[in-house]
Amino acid sequence: MLTPVLSRGWGDTDSFTLEGYRRHRGYEALARARAMDPDALIALVKESGLRGRGGAGFPTGMKWGFIPQGTEGQAAKPHYLVVNADESEPGTCKDTPLMMANPHVLVEGVVIACHAIRASHAFIYIRGEELHVLRRLQHAVQEAVDASLVGDLRIVVHAGSGAYICGEETALLDSLEGYRGQPRLRPPFPATHGLYASPTVVNNVESIASVPSIVLGGAAWFGSMGTEKSKGYTLYSLSGHVKRPGQYEAPLGITLRQLLDLSGGMRDGSELKFWTPGGSSTPILTAEHLDVPLDYEGVAGAGSMLGTKALQCFDQTTSVVRAVLRWTEFYAHESCGKCTPCREGTYWMVQILKRLEAGQGTEEDIATLLDTCDNIFGRSFCALGDGATSPIVSAVQHFRDEFLAGTHTPAWELFPYRASARWGGALAGAQA
Amino acid sequence: MAASGLDLERARAEAREIIARYPQPRSALLPMLHLVQSHEGYVSGEGIALCAEELGLTKAEVGAVATFYTMYRRRPAGTYHVGVCTNTLCAVLGGDEILERVSERLGITHGETTEDGTFSLEHLECNAACDYAPVVMVNWEFYDDQTPESAVDVVDRLAAGQPVAPTRGPRTQCTFKEASRVLAGFPDGRAVEGVQAGPATLAGFALAQSRGDAAPDYPVSEAGDGPQEQEQA
Repeated sequence: MLTPVLSRGWGDTDSFTLEGYRRHRGYEALARARAMDPDALIALVKESGLRGRGGAGFPTGMKWGFIPQGTEGQAAKPHYLVVNADESEPGTCKDTPLMMANPHVLVEGVVIACHAIRASHAFIYIRGEELHVLRRLQHAVQEAVDASLVGDLRIVVHAGSGAYICGEETALLDSLEGYRGQPRLRPPFPATHGLYASPTVVNNVESIASVPSIVLGGAAWFGSMGTEKSKGYTLYSLSGHVKRPGQYEAPLGITLRQLLDLSGGMRDGSELKFWTPGGSSTPILTAEHLDVPLDYEGVAGAGSMLGTKALQCFDQTTSVVRAVLRWTEFYAHESCGKCTPCREGTYWMVQILKRLEAGQGTEEDIATLLDTCDNIFGRSFCALGDGATSPIVSAVQHFRDEFLAGTHTPAWELFPYRASARWGGALAGAQA
Repeated sequence: MAASGLDLERARAEAREIIARYPQPRSALLPMLHLVQSHEGYVSGEGIALCAEELGLTKAEVGAVATFYTMYRRRPAGTYHVGVCTNTLCAVLGGDEILERVSERLGITHGETTEDGTFSLEHLECNAACDYAPVVMVNWEFYDDQTPESAVDVVDRLAAGQPVAPTRGPRTQCTFKEASRVLAGFPDGRAVEGVQAGPATLAGFALAQSRGDAAPDYPVSEAGDGPQEQEQA
């Protein structure tokens, strides 16, 4: 049921060192990849069916194939690989433990990917707010350089400075060029005009870290896990009111019910009320959706998105209005301000939700909230605006009564907040 | 120059080292601002001027970037910059209560620094450790699975000058300036300290071991790489 590949060495106390990684066949894939023609390598990743693990699910090999090759025009410019390690989507916590426990699998993937796309300079853009992960990456790159594993490739570990928007790939590129991290108009796309207006691949950490195993195991091996259109294994991050939160590596298509059954379920006295399949930007689901296959198609079929597989589980003690307000405050704080619908819309939605949380809203507030979402969704410059509407629209859809209660009773009276805390105890707290 | 904590000569030499890492100089700006904070504990006017000069930018251009990112501070951070995650999941699991209690204990609220300069406090957005919620960060080191009591204990011990170790991090807590130096790309040699992974990180791994679950073995390659290593079956 579980298929540890990325996590298989994590139990060793030195898993983050070159020696520890080599014990689990680390850098064997690199030797094999180096002997391969770059185009064959791209073909292999395409054939494997690996899709981007950062949320969008775009086929990784296809992205690599978009990089113009040759000696003329854009193709003649330097090519770059940029790893998006700016893990900041609320609920998402997979790349961080991966890079802390085994940064070398990412470094190996980087070197292989650069061989494929013919890049001589790679950047790992990691959010700045996780110092020890940064240390581990710096250390791994240095070890790989000292062991002559990276050849002429230059790998720069670049720490961000606190901005969720930089997880958006074009904002990340602007940030990496030393500007405010604001998204760019597309087209042109990064594949032709990315970093320094040169051909650039931007890939998520887990996507790149999956590449060495594909080189060693082959496309058929990778495809023996997962589903027809969502192939392979992946990291699911379980959090919230569950007994054993953590990282669970399993084939794509496993269900939340299976993951909960395996891991011991919800905390004592808890029932699942709502959950996110892939972070706060993916519409929330309920206990009705426990058997939805957690792959790209399955979750889309349930009206949400697989996203980053960040399974945040909330129990019956949780006020959905409180949860949604807090996420909306996040989007308002992180909106880069470039486009009006997102900048203004998120601000006003916070004001309305605050009223509803305090039991001082009106029925019209709920309509205004949904209307504002309508005006943000699809009208914003980038996906941040769309993401901001997801929790609101889905929560009103599943829990309209709770929003209606916000017209007369404060959320903290309906759902005493202490009962939701780890030390609240689901049943004890609810009676307090 | 003597008026501030900025050793201009040294900072300039370090800034040039950073610039040399990049194909285009301006890419060095973010790490250079971390560097300024490693000297001064915040982004000072003098630091902005230095960045502008080294990169051929105006001070306004540098300031526009510095004010966009939340990690750059316009006033000195405390020696220990404490962040409490209050994004939805951490807040619901108790982060709000932790922030309240730590704030009470330190006598400061979001965005403030104690008079003696030891602590600054802020509420954080999601810090990518939701499986360890509620989470507290001190100078961007992880303090996992916190309670109001444990978080107050951490700041009490830091205040008393006692050694404190993050749950996933080096053996002792570093200062804000030391952290900023690592962020600027100057390793502090502490990468090998601390655990490789916390318990939540290993939850699935441990479960797979106890169940005897494993990914399929890699096929034996035609190139004849020899016997396959048996991963934990």
